Amino acid sequence: MASGTPGTERNRLATAGARAATVTSLERQPRGDIWMGNIFFAILLFALTIALVGLAAIILQAAINGAPAFGWNLITNGPSTLNPEEAGFRPAIIGTIYLILGVIVLVVPLGIGAAVYLEEYADGTRWWNRTVELNVQNLAGVPSIIYGILGLAFIVRGPLDLGFILVAGSLTLALLVLPTVILASREAIRAVPPSIREGSLALGATEWQTIRRQVLPASIPGIVTGVILAISRAIGETAPLLLVGAATFVTFNPTFTGDNGYSALPVLIFNYATRPQDEFRVLASAGVILMLIVLLLMNSFAVWLRNRYEQQW
Amino acid sequence: MEARDTIGAFGQRGPARPVPSLEAPSPRYGEKLIKLSLALCALLSVVTTTAIVISLLVPTIEFFGEVGITDFLFGTNWAPTFEPASFGVLPIVVGTFSTALWGMMFAIPIGLASAVWLSEYASPRQRKLIKPVLEVLAGIPTVAIGIFALIFLSPQIEKVFPFMVNVPPFSAGIAGLAIGLMIVPIIASISDDAMRAVPGGLREAAYGLGSTKMKVATRVVFPAAISGIVASLVLAGSRAVGETMIVLLVAGASPNLTLDPGSSVLTMTAFIGQTATGDISTGSITYDTIFAVGTLLFIITLILNMFAIRMVRKYREVYE
Repeated sequence: MASGTPGTERNRLATAGARAATVTSLERQPRGDIWMGNIFFAILLFALTIALVGLAAIILQAAINGAPAFGWNLITNGPSTLNPEEAGFRPAIIGTIYLILGVIVLVVPLGIGAAVYLEEYADGTRWWNRTVELNVQNLAGVPSIIYGILGLAFIVRGPLDLGFILVAGSLTLALLVLPTVILASREAIRAVPPSIREGSLALGATEWQTIRRQVLPASIPGIVTGVILAISRAIGETAPLLLVGAATFVTFNPTFTGDNGYSALPVLIFNYATRPQDEFRVLASAGVILMLIVLLLMNSFAVWLRNRYEQQW
Repeated sequence: MEARDTIGAFGQRGPARPVPSLEAPSPRYGEKLIKLSLALCALLSVVTTTAIVISLLVPTIEFFGEVGITDFLFGTNWAPTFEPASFGVLPIVVGTFSTALWGMMFAIPIGLASAVWLSEYASPRQRKLIKPVLEVLAGIPTVAIGIFALIFLSPQIEKVFPFMVNVPPFSAGIAGLAIGLMIVPIIASISDDAMRAVPGGLREAAYGLGSTKMKVATRVVFPAAISGIVASLVLAGSRAVGETMIVLLVAGASPNLTLDPGSSVLTMTAFIGQTATGDISTGSITYDTIFAVGTLLFIITLILNMFAIRMVRKYREVYE
């Protein structure tokens, strides 16, 4: 009340004192804590730097090592054991392009179809739908060489019995990246808010019309990003191809079903790298650079696409 | 009065015009057909798994018809193509774990520290720049990382630490280092997601109680995100165990039962990759051996993956 009475004056002094004490204790962090915090931050930055330097080193090393062999020869010439200076990757590059075409044709409809079913139609409380979901997640983690075994036993031999042909390689790679496409597409479809679907259904659209005209167009950027990332994984995948017959020294251009063998870029790179002569190692590094240029362009495009069209509803 | 009249008017009009039915005017077989074909796409994943299991199991059963299961699992001599052949799988299992272990020893600190920085210290701009770069690292084909290790890492490390490379240029430790480089982005990316899923309220409460930034990161956010972090480590471990090209290039091919980082080892994946490239005849013991090793590898990675999937679900349930 009145500010002259002794009681309030004492209160005021006490509050001011307490406030000053609190402020001083809050203003200063203990020295040890500051030091620890700085050291911790330095460690974090150091670790991150190692990861980034590792990335840069992989690219730089391949660029420096492969520079002498880098030229049009790489694309126009075939492999040669006799004169590595003249050798290139032409049949392997064409083989990889064919393989990837096959993968795209198989993976895009199947992957998006499965994702649409799981997100739009499947009743998540039913055991069979949950089984499929768990299954897809597990398949995404199966080592690629196991897919090679599957390709060898089921596609090359066994039930499908295609033999060591390019289509068998395509099928194997498609099965390998299918879970990635499904998971990414599901993520993209899930990001479309339910109100869009409800609005469409309320206007009398059928379920499929809603999906085709509303849900899919809205989720296309996410799906395309997932597909690009999956394709770039398929391009670099080597292990399963070793098992399903990607041969290394194919000097002619491969065809889809020709049984004279086919080759793929990473497989030929691997083969060159295991040869003891330095010329072949240079060639392998040049091949790596070729592959990395394509992959980095694709991945950057995918990341750009995701950031550009990331929709906030 | 007026109001009742209006209602009456509506009531009279009702029966004159039939109430439109809300049922679909046609059975819409097309819709059902579409749903069915989409379901078949989803079913393909189950078919794939079944095919994997069958293609692994049939030759594996044949294999165990000729080789005792305990000889296989606990034998310490791996020489399947020699005379007399010996099928003790322990050396290549230990070889696999050796490369994966050295990889994890490198990748866990680097990956987790990067994740803490990304989620707790980085400004949104720094994050937007660094995270895609790490994702690009995840997109580098493993054959490229393997060649980097073979041509660059191995000779360089041999110069400084000769004990790391007993049989130049092959070494389990260097294969591990390369594998570590490969799995850092997996650990960093998934752990970062897990830590960012921790609600901001927990951080603010800790700051309010006077915690430093480091304490908030290590004592609050990290433990709160632990299931996601463990999931990222397990997934990375599963990738490390299943990696083929790096070990094929750098680990050598000698089935040594040792965890010594300097020694050359044969891993399960490298054995499959190396043996299956030759044109081996179906039904031979060598052919069946590939599948027996494949089955073992499949079981190990399946257990790791199932565990990781459960852990990821756990943190999603808690915070979303």
